[in-house]
Amino acid sequence: MATFPFELVSPERLVYSGAVTEVIVPGAEGEFGILAGHAPFVSTLKPGVLTIKGDGAARKLFVRGGFAEANPQGLTVLAETAIPLAELPAEKLAQMIRNAQEDVEDAGDEATRASRQQFLEQLKSAAAAIEADSRSPH
Amino acid sequence: MASLKDLRNRIASVKATQKITKAMQMVAAAKLRRAQQAAEAARPYAVRMESVLGNIASTISGGPDAPRLLTGTGQEQTHLLLVLTAERGLCGAFNSSIVRIARERALALMGQGKTVKIFCVGRKGHDALRRQFEKQIVEVVELRTSKGGVTFADAQKIADKIGAMFAAGEFDVATQFFSRFQSVISQVPTAQQLIPATFAEPAAAAEGAEAVYEYEPGEAEILADLLPRNLAVQVFKALLENGASEQGARMSAMDNATRNAGDMIKKQTLTYNRTRQAMITKELIEIISGAEAL
Repeated sequence: MATFPFELVSPERLVYSGAVTEVIVPGAEGEFGILAGHAPFVSTLKPGVLTIKGDGAARKLFVRGGFAEANPQGLTVLAETAIPLAELPAEKLAQMIRNAQEDVEDAGDEATRASRQQFLEQLKSAAAAIEADSRSPH
Repeated sequence: MASLKDLRNRIASVKATQKITKAMQMVAAAKLRRAQQAAEAARPYAVRMESVLGNIASTISGGPDAPRLLTGTGQEQTHLLLVLTAERGLCGAFNSSIVRIARERALALMGQGKTVKIFCVGRKGHDALRRQFEKQIVEVVELRTSKGGVTFADAQKIADKIGAMFAAGEFDVATQFFSRFQSVISQVPTAQQLIPATFAEPAAAAEGAEAVYEYEPGEAEILADLLPRNLAVQVFKALLENGASEQGARMSAMDNATRNAGDMIKKQTLTYNRTRQAMITKELIEIISGAEAL
């Protein structure tokens, strides 16, 4: 299968860089897969699981906040948080959900409440997906 | 004239000081390497963010519903100065040069009849500005990062505060002051405008094919999502540059101090030896003249 260059960048470091065959990105409007030769495309991210398929086993990372940019030179994902699923303890995720829950309760006006509520839902569904993933054999 | 014992004590104390400055220099050198690596690791993120935002911003900025973080409030009456300094001193002119350009800007703006608000990050900047601008300082954040350096979460917290203040209409223009790291001996105090956001014009002519991006959700939504993030990224970049600059400045300051202490020890050892020789000569003369008198 054709490969393309992929980079996953967090503000603190370059998390992943290399040639891959497919990347599945949790886009704000639904997950999408990127293959080699994708049309130029920009999408924001929702909290969720990013899957990198290259040589060997697929690598899964939890990503949060940022955007993905596909262009003829390859795919770049900028994420504020990018943690391999194996290194993400369940209680940290639970803590994130609790924080988001508090944010919803603290929200001043209706618009912020709605956007924070949406963020909380996305976080919960990401947690559910991770839970399901950890139970199924790889 | 100082006695031999005094001179010995003085030399010993300068030697102890020299050991301290030498150790600080070496610690700063090690920290500098780490700070430089952190700054380099953060660069790709900031660069990509800027190129994507520049692309979107150039297509949308003319529109009436462009976000205010990009276009500003249409006024420039109230200015927010974000002054980023270190938590610690003993790093040469690092803190004072940042404070100096911030102070000059503040005075110039106040001279034009504008309102100035100051947001201090780092204890040293607050200490230096407190006396002159007590009424203008609206917010102080201290970075207690004993190890590991600044994290993105620190920058995020600062950016969130600025974003909330902007949303509440507390200022029109935000500028950050930090020190750009050029080399160990050269750090350039820099002012950078944060709000309204400024981007280098994208090189659209050179890569015409790149202009046909598809956006999901719409361009406006992406811009609204990314601009607050960009604020945090810019603050983070400035904090990292500052971190490297601070260590660089401390390293050269401590190098100077070590060299000065060495010169001082040399001079005092000379005085000590001369005094000792003079005393021996004096004692000899006393003995000889005593013997002759017999």
